Amino acid sequence: MSRPGRDDAPDRLYTITQGRSRSGPDTPFDLVTLVVAESDPVTGMQSEHVAILELTRFPTSVVEVAAELRLPVSITKVLLCDLLAAGRVSARHPRRPALTDPDILEQVLVGLRNL
Amino acid sequence: MDFATSDARTPLGASADNGLKIVVVGGFGVGKTTLVRSVSEIRPLNTEETMTQAGAGVDDIRQVRGKSATTVAFDFGRITLDARNVLYLFGAPGQERFWFLWDRLFSGTLGAVVLVDTRRIDDSWYAIDRLEHHGTPFIVACNDFGGAVRAGEDVREALDLDPQVPLIDCDARSRESGKHTLITLVQHVKNRYADPSARAGLPRQEYV
Repeated sequence: MSRPGRDDAPDRLYTITQGRSRSGPDTPFDLVTLVVAESDPVTGMQSEHVAILELTRFPTSVVEVAAELRLPVSITKVLLCDLLAAGRVSARHPRRPALTDPDILEQVLVGLRNL
Repeated sequence: MDFATSDARTPLGASADNGLKIVVVGGFGVGKTTLVRSVSEIRPLNTEETMTQAGAGVDDIRQVRGKSATTVAFDFGRITLDARNVLYLFGAPGQERFWFLWDRLFSGTLGAVVLVDTRRIDDSWYAIDRLEHHGTPFIVACNDFGGAVRAGEDVREALDLDPQVPLIDCDARSRESGKHTLITLVQHVKNRYADPSARAGLPRQEYV
């Protein structure tokens, strides 16, 4: 599989995000934020936005969206911020801090033991 | 552009709402992807992140000054733990440039597995040093390449490993062994942090 982004012409990535190289410092998206489509794609929508809405009919993590679209994570976050601002997707952020939450750690252990 | 998605895409359940991260760190060819594949419910996927000059304010680029961008590729798999919790397992190269992106990619991670090839122990020193620097809890797993079992005290000594850090053998090709490795890590995290008196040693977690 070709590496996403790296070998693409930089102007392609520039165009996709209209020149924004990364989302703002207050970007709410983590690698494992689960994204869910709240609407169907509409005519005239940017093709990457259409692809995201189709991918996220079921909860899908930011990193899976990036991998499926073969785009760098930061570019994917810019696109997701657009869709979130437009109310076209919702975001389920990781509950934190999982590291020090004994209940979550126990749930992880139970889940792993049941594998 | 063709956005055809991978054939075997398995969607998560509609109630999934909490993503969790564990990172497998190790040198080239040590078996990171093999371990991810052995426990993942999806075929491991690959993506990348780029740190550009625009990120200079938030990333530590002191050691890459003069470079306009740093790109790291990583692969990952997924384990559905229950109706709500989904664990993502990332295979991360231990190379130096990767650590500049650690906080952006892996803040909030439950912990790390340092995968070691006992024939090339030196490769692991840097990763262990960085994990300690980032305050990320970790265990060390020696991948069994068919040689003698080596996860003994000599390995602990060679890595100058804290006595409290679990050191185990694993066979990255085996689902059972991979599962045991992850359970060992999470149990270690639970022992270390669920005890309120141990929280003085809380890792520095930057939420981005």
